[in-house]
This record gives sequence, structure tokens and C-alpha cells, in this order.
Amino acid sequence: MIPAAFDYVRASSAEEAISLLGQYGDEAKLLAGGHSLIPLMKLRLAQPTVLVDIGRVSDLSYIRDAGDHVAIGALTRHMDVETSPMLLEHVPLLAHATSHVGDPQVRHRGTIGGSLAHADPASDLPATTLALGATYVVTGPNGTREVAASDFYQGYLTSVLAADELLTEIRVPKMNGAGWSFQKFNRRAQDWAIVGVAAWTRGSESGVGLVNMASVPVLASSVSSALASGSSIADAAALAADEADPQADLNASVEYRQHLARVLTRRALSEAAG
Amino acid sequence: MTMTDQPTGVLGSRMLRREDPALLTGEARYTADLVVPGALHLAMVRSPYARARIVSVDTAAAVTMPGVRAVYSGADLADTWAGPMPCAWPVTEDMKNPTHLPLAVSQANYVGDAVACVIAETAEAARDAVEAVVVEYEPLEAVIDLEDALSDRVVIHDEIGTNRSYTWDLKIEETEGACDAAFAAAAYAVKERYIQQRLIPAAMEPRAVLAVPQPFGGDMTLYSATQVPHILKVMTALTLGIPEHQLRVIAPAVGGGFGSKLNVYAEELLCVALAKRHGVPVRWTETRSEGCQATIHGRGQIQDIELAADANGRLTGLRVRLIGDMGAYLQLVTPGVPLLGAFLYAGVYELPKAFDFSCTSVFTNMTPTDAYRGAGRPEATYAIERAMDSLAYEIGIDPLELRRRNFIPTEKFPYEAYTGLVYDSGNHDGAATLAAEMVGYDELRERQRSQNVPGATKRIGIGLSTYFEMCGLAPSRVLASLNYGAGGWEAATVRVLPTNKVQVVTGTSPHGQGHETAWSMIVAEKLGISPDDVDVLHSDTAIAPLGLDTYGSRSLAVGGVAIAMTCDKVVDKARQIAAHLLEANPDDLEFAGGEFSVAGSPDRSMPLAAVAFEAFTAHNLPDGMEPNLEAHTTYDPPNFSWPFGTHICVVEVDTETGETEVLRYVAVDDCGNQVNPLIVDGQVHGGVIQGLAQALFEEAVYDSDGNLRTSTLAEYLVPAASDVPPVITGHTVTPSPTNQLGVKGVGEAGTIAATPAVINAVVDALSGLGVRNVPMPASPNTVWSIINAAQGGSQ
Ligand SMILES: Cc1cc2nc3c(=O)[nH]c(=O)nc-3n(C[C@H](O)[C@H](O)[C@H](O)COP(=O)(O)OP(=O)(O)OC[C@H]3O[C@@H](n4cnc5c(N)ncnc54)[C@H](O)[C@@H]3O)c2cc1C
Repeated sequence: MIPAAFDYVRASSAEEAISLLGQYGDEAKLLAGGHSLIPLMKLRLAQPTVLVDIGRVSDLSYIRDAGDHVAIGALTRHMDVETSPMLLEHVPLLAHATSHVGDPQVRHRGTIGGSLAHADPASDLPATTLALGATYVVTGPNGTREVAASDFYQGYLTSVLAADELLTEIRVPKMNGAGWSFQKFNRRAQDWAIVGVAAWTRGSESGVGLVNMASVPVLASSVSSALASGSSIADAAALAADEADPQADLNASVEYRQHLARVLTRRALSEAAG
Repeated sequence: MTMTDQPTGVLGSRMLRREDPALLTGEARYTADLVVPGALHLAMVRSPYARARIVSVDTAAAVTMPGVRAVYSGADLADTWAGPMPCAWPVTEDMKNPTHLPLAVSQANYVGDAVACVIAETAEAARDAVEAVVVEYEPLEAVIDLEDALSDRVVIHDEIGTNRSYTWDLKIEETEGACDAAFAAAAYAVKERYIQQRLIPAAMEPRAVLAVPQPFGGDMTLYSATQVPHILKVMTALTLGIPEHQLRVIAPAVGGGFGSKLNVYAEELLCVALAKRHGVPVRWTETRSEGCQATIHGRGQIQDIELAADANGRLTGLRVRLIGDMGAYLQLVTPGVPLLGAFLYAGVYELPKAFDFSCTSVFTNMTPTDAYRGAGRPEATYAIERAMDSLAYEIGIDPLELRRRNFIPTEKFPYEAYTGLVYDSGNHDGAATLAAEMVGYDELRERQRSQNVPGATKRIGIGLSTYFEMCGLAPSRVLASLNYGAGGWEAATVRVLPTNKVQVVTGTSPHGQGHETAWSMIVAEKLGISPDDVDVLHSDTAIAPLGLDTYGSRSLAVGGVAIAMTCDKVVDKARQIAAHLLEANPDDLEFAGGEFSVAGSPDRSMPLAAVAFEAFTAHNLPDGMEPNLEAHTTYDPPNFSWPFGTHICVVEVDTETGETEVLRYVAVDDCGNQVNPLIVDGQVHGGVIQGLAQALFEEAVYDSDGNLRTSTLAEYLVPAASDVPPVITGHTVTPSPTNQLGVKGVGEAGTIAATPAVINAVVDALSGLGVRNVPMPASPNTVWSIINAAQGGSQ
């Protein structure tokens, strides 16, 4: 478990990080909490030659009330999201889903921005922020742009982020009293989900995000449409795998994943409604 | 829970383990912690193919890299080995054993098989150079499936011309044809096939090796994270042609083994060979992925078992056919593992001499298998305990009732079994009754009846396992009859120092079991001193030159008993000295509380401390008596010891997701007298969790090309504390009559008992849905698929 040799530079601001990325080009990788990147490097599945450490860019660690949404700095640690009174009040689904990420050690190091930028469909937060209709703020050499969560993910571990861009903020709409549920199905408590479902409902409105059901996080929009047009929870949940395109792995066959998505969606919608 | 016949005093107390402060604070020094200036780091180049001809190995680029001292291919070192990697258990005369060298020369035979190695100044430089070694392979078809291997469609090792290593039979019949006759006359018969999946031992501490040549005289010290420093010394000497007396093996703190460190590995031999060649220390520390690939795997068997029973459900015949998965080569005791189980297929039940066992073991292109916690005995226990549940289902009676009808009655102990082995003591009904009480068996059956109604998606299952353990390995003559290449004795020295502190030297080699605590308690009890005044020396062949190490739940029942016997010798000698000084007859002296006194005149007494000092000064000893108070014993046990018990597991299966939740787990174990119940509970807890892990979580998975798909702990699912239930322990105490401590052993019991208890519970939960068997591990996906299949299609 020895990574290939690399250089290390520490950025003290977002601007500095962006200019360092520009300087080193494709060879460089941002290092936030390191809890996705370092394991890949130790297995030599990733071999960046320069690490640009943004772990101490403390002005990107915040959780702010921004009126209709809550703004979360990309460097905010999972533990801070999980325990934030503001999120617990206004976006409890995100705080709760975050409490299911790995174990306490992982949650004290890992960051929300790192989790989203890593774009792993098996991670909990991409699907959760997708279900919540979040917007991500991306900063590059030419300033910032806003990307809807639904436009961000392009494929397995790939997003619209350019090599010299930084994810800086996540804007999550307040849930305004919506019912919610997070169903994570795994075999060991600290593992990634075999299938996960993040759901909220408010009247005829709803959002359902699926974890590990395709090469990207999935928004189960058929379920929401069915609910909006008056379907029962059971009938709507039966559509949960319609947008999904899951892979088989050691834990689950394709059919089993589809089945789990339907069962967990039904349970999630029932809990959210209850 | 119930404690009878338990001696009072130090023995039997829940004393905290003296090992723990160092382990818990990180002060304990493992092999990789040892700082040795100038040591070179070894790194291995491993085959990415399950079977491939090695066409060429180009080391030119690697050897010029910064910090690299040397790069060797298998061919480069072929002359270094005086013999192949050792297999100490040729179970049959015609057993096939393909040549196995530390570095493969012409063909790699599993993913992870080492084909070249690098030594460099840092671990990083060595690791980088591994990537620069260019090996040209010609990939060959790999053999993964055991039955395919048996067909010899593709023969893995040309030199032996077949994939069959051996067939070993054990047919025990009162009269010829008794077994077939039993089946012909059976009122009930069941025939089942069980698969023992491969398991990765995954000890907390990976393997690590450090070989240090001494500056003068050619001596070599080998530090290794091993369970078997003594065996390793002999085998290293033989394999490398090093004079044994010039080799010293030390096992520093060792973080678990479970059988995986009961072996002789390529890296150990390479470190010694290269340290010798280069005249500098050489070290190697395993990565976790290497541990998954290149440290032995456990289990790996296909078991066909058939039971015949009479109208009352009493067993009348038993037939077993095994296919054993040896993996690519035979390691130290690989072929013997199925034999260790052969004697336990009738479990705790009476069986007439109508037993027919045969095991054929085959090579496959996977990591070699070998002993893994329980070694053969968990497999056997699984088969009989699962089959007993099938039989109960067939007859339509409660599985506990069926077991009761078949238990060997308590009054028949010592009991000569159908195999000719004598079970020392037992009380199976007692253990089963206690376990049933503790778990609330009858209420649970009630609850099950009301909960598992048609359409219910949360179904309760109750699983039993009434097990026997064969431990205390082993009477040397019995091992001889099995063709094992060593004895089963253990050595002990007890030395009372001039100041009445005691050194104990043991040939056992603890790696987490708590021997230092337990052995000091035995000595304290025997000599009437405080355990704090006893130091236990072990795991260094220069300090403890004689020993056969730790495995097979042998350490207490053999090594601990050897210590107790040695204490008796010390007391005997001290008695002579005390009698001489007190001018009394030795027979009139009583020894209690660390003091000799003359019977009837308590004022005439002498503490052991005074005797020890007299023995040391030797100013006034009986004529002809040697100075010093020290004794030695090498103890060859007269029998195995036979712990037993009943475990009951209660699960709830969610039939929608296939998820199994363990609601309750009760373990009643009888390991005879308990030296330290706290340690017993710890062994049971760990053992049960390891057995439960086989049932629900763990499996080494290969694809059809022989790639190991579970080569990190992200894929190989070792459960954590948060994933497993609390284990409720209880005990009955039935002392062993064959040793003076009345002890049996408990290191593997939990693992042996738990796996069938858990699977029996899962199957029991689903029996109303037509499910009769669930393969291991019973993952949610597997359980869901099994339910679907039993229900005739998808839900
Ligand atoms: C044992 C373990 C268990 C885990 N279990 C779970 C789990 O159950 N569920 C789950 O969702 N996750 C899990 N994780 C992943 C964990 O949440 C990671 O911390 C997280 O996914 C990545 O965050 P990080 O800050 O550690 O990112 P890093 O590892 O530092 O970076 C990840 C990637 O994102 C890039 N990056 C990081 N920050 C930014 C940024 N601001 N802008 C642009 N690119 C950036 C990096 O260059 C890198 O490519 C687990 C991790 C471990 C080690």
C-alpha cells in the first residue's frame, strides 16, 4: 500500500488552488479530505504527480442561511454537516444522509465537496443533493458558474468539473417541512450502499435520488411524476428502477439491485409520508 | 453460568490479561516495529495470471533504479534452495506434491504467486522497482472449479500429470457392508451437499519478516509474525540448508493468526536467503492485498453427506464424500486439514460402526489453502449439524428433540466412539438444556409459530448447533498414524529464581490468546505465589528451545498441563530441601500457600522463598542433590481433549430484501475447568463472530479466469463490531479426566459451533417458504434469490 511518488503543495485559498492547478495541468489533483483519493493512490489506481492540498482553505468551510436555501462551503467536513443545527432544521435529509457516510473517522476527514466532486454513484451525497435539487457553485480561472446537480454528473467518477476548476459551494433548497427518509442498504455499517434511496415528499411534490443504481447518481423522476399524478406509494415505488441502469457486483445482481430500489423507495416514501 | 468442580483461588478467576495494556496503548512491538539500521526492504513481483508460463523476466530496468540493491527472478535463485517449500503432512504414500519454490521458475500457478523479487534501501524504492520488472507471461487456461479440476480436463502441474493430490479413506464398519446395509434398512435418510467457501484469514496484523545476520559466526536471527517459531526454525534450516543451530527464530508481538501464520512462507525464506547472501538485514511487511492473495486461505471443500436413521431418528449410518481444494500448491499442513475433520462427522451423537468417509483433494489455480481456525473440524461440524436439521425436517420433529435422541449419554463417558477414539468426558444434554433455557427456546418456537404466517415478510428462525471439538493436539502416536511429520508434545521449564520470582519457559507461541496471563495463573496456583511474580518466556527459540507452538486449541491442554506438571516437580524438589532443613520426613511436609510445614507442628515451617534461596546458595542441600530450583517437562498427551457445547442462534429474515438480522445468540461451551473465564469468554466471542462471518459475510471470490475479486477489505467483508450481535455466553464445566488441570481448550470452539447455528437459523426462518438449504455466505442477494427460486420465480 505504497503510493507512487508525488509532489505536494498546499493552497491557502481557492484562488491559489486554481492557479496551482493551472500551473501543473492534468498531472495535478486536488486533495481535500483525502478519503477517496488516498485509497486510490495507495492501490496505485490513481497516480497524480502533484497533490494540491486544499484541506486548510478554511474560508470554504461554512454552513450559511441564504434565504430559500442553505449554502455549504465545499470544504465542510461530513461531521459538521451531520451535526449542523441549521441543516438539521432546514435540510434534515442531507444532515441525516451524511451521518450514514462511512464511520466517524471518515466523517471527520471527508468533505462534502470532495464527495460530490469525486462523482462516485455509490456515494450517499451525490444522490441526496440531486434529490434535493441542489445547485453546485464551481470556480475556475474565469470566475464562477452554477451547475444544477442534475447537470453535474457525466459518468462513473466524472463530472463537468474542468481540470482547473474547484467546487466551492453547494446550495441546497430548504425543505420547508417536507417529510423525508434516507434508506441505505449495506452489509456492513461502514460500507458504501449496495442501494440507497434519498426521498422527500411535500403534498404532491417529491424528490427521489438513488445511490449506486447507475454509473451516475439517479433521479427517479418517474416515481415523482407518478406521485404527482396521484399514484399510490406502492404503485409509484414500482417505477423506482425505471431511470436506473445498475451494474452487477459482488454484493448484488442487476435484478436484485432493481428490486431493492423498488422496495427501499416504497419504504422511503412511506416513512416520508408517515 | 453453572460452575462445578472449579478450583478456588487464582485458577478460575477473571483476572485481567497482563498482555492488554501494551496492546491497547500501542506499546507492543510487532515485527514491522523493530528498528534495525541498514535493513534492506524486500518486495515481491507477483503473477497477475492464475496460470501462466514464465517466458522471461527482465530485471535490467528495475535494478538501475535509485536505492535498488538487487532484483532476482525465480531462475536466479533456483540454486539457493536445498529443498522445496515444506509440506509436513504427506497424508498418503502416493500423495502428489508438485514442486513449490519461494519464487516460481517456469510457471506461475495463482494470482499472487511470486515470480521475482526486489531488495532496496526503502520500501518505497522496492515497490517502485517491482513495477519496472518486466515479466513476459504466456497465459494458460486456469482451473478454478473443483469438479472441473477433478476431471483433469486441464492439468495444472505437468510434473505430476493430474490435479488429484490424494484420496484418503476412512471406512469403519462392524462387518463388511455395514454402512450400505444401514442405508438400505433406513427408516429415514437424507443426502445433502454443502459448499465450504474459501475464506481469507485476515489477521489484524499482516505478516511481517525481518532476517538479521549476526556480524560473526554465520548465525542468523529470523523475526517473523508467526504462530510457529519452532517449526519455522526446523523448516527454514531444511529448506535453506542452514545448520539449525545457527538459526534463531523470534516471534515478537503477533497480532492474530487463525492458522494463517502456522506456515512457512516464501517471504520468510527469501529474507533469510537474501540476508545471508548480502550480509545485511532484510525485511518485508505484507500489504493487505498481498495478505488476501498470498497468505493461505481457509476452508474450500465440497461436502456430500448422507445420514441413515431408524424409525426413532437414531443414526444408523453415515457416508461422507469430500472434495478438498488445495489451491495451487501444498503448504505446511494443507493436505491434512480434511483429515482433522474426518473424525468429527458424527458430532456428539452415537453412531454404530457404519461409517464411510472418503476425501479426494485437488489442485486449483487459486491461493493455497491450509489450516484456518478449526481446520477441518468446522467443516465436519457444519455438515453434521446442517444434516441433522434436514433429518429433523424429514422426520417432522424438533431439531433439539432429534439431537437429544442421539446424544451420547453422559453416563457412557469416557466413551469409545465408532472411530476408536475415546471421548474423555461430556454432558451434551446438560449443555443443550442450559442453552435452551438461556435463549428461551420454547417461547421462541411459540413466537415463531405466530409470526411466520403465510405472507409474513419478517420471519423468525432458530438454529442449533451441538458440537464436539477435538483439541489438545495431540498424542504423538496418533499423529504418526495420520502420517503427520511431527509429534504433538509440549515443553515447559519452571525456574524459581533466588528471590522467589519465577520464570516459566513455554514452547507455546501466543499471538493474542493470553498465555502469559494464563500460564502465570497456573504457576501461581501451584506454587502459592502471586501471578505478578511469574514471568512467562516464549516465542524465541534461543530462550525456549523446545516447543511445538500454538494451533489446534492445544496450548492449554498440552502446554499448560506441561507447566502444571513441572510445578509439581519443583515442589517435589523443594520438599526434599525443606525436609532436610526442617529435619523432617518429606512425607510429613504439607505444602500450602507457598509454605512447607510439618504436619501436626505448624510452627515448624519454611516458605518456598527460603527454599529457593537455599537451593541457590547450595550451602546445605541433601546429599547428591543438584543446586537450584528448576524443573523441565516434555509432555505428550495421552488423548485429545473433547470440549463441547450448544450454540443457539435466533434470526429474523426480511424476505423482501433477503437481509438476516441476528436477534439473539447464546453460546454454552464446556471446555472443562477454566483457568480464566474472562479469557474463555473472549475466545468464545471472537470465535463465534468468526464463525458467523463465514455464515453471513465472508467469501474469497474468484472469477472464472482465476482473478481474486476480493483482494481488499472493501470487497472481502470482515464484519466489524457494529455488524454483529452481542454473544451471550454460558458454561457447563465437565473436567477432562486425562490431565491434572481438567482442562480442554477453547480457541476454536466458537468458530466451529457458530457457522451451522447461524445457517440453521436462516434455513429455519425460510422453511415455511420451501427453502431447504442456503449457501454461504447467506448474503441478502443470495437469500433473496433462494426465496425466489423456492417460490418458483420472482416475487
Ligand atoms: C473507509 C471509508 C468508507 C467510506 N464510506 C462512505 C460511504 O458510506 N458513503 C459515502 O458517500 N462515502 C464514503 N466514503 C468516502 C468519503 O465520504 C470521502 O471522504 C469523500 O467521498 C471524498 O471526500 P474527501 O474530502 O475525502 O475527498 P478527496 O479524497 O480529497 O478527493 C476526492 C476527489 O475529489 C477531488 N476534489 C476534492 N475536493 C474538491 C473540490 N472542492 N473541488 C474539486 N475537486 C475536488 C479530488 O481531487 C479527488 O479527485 C468512505 C471513505 C472511506 C475511506
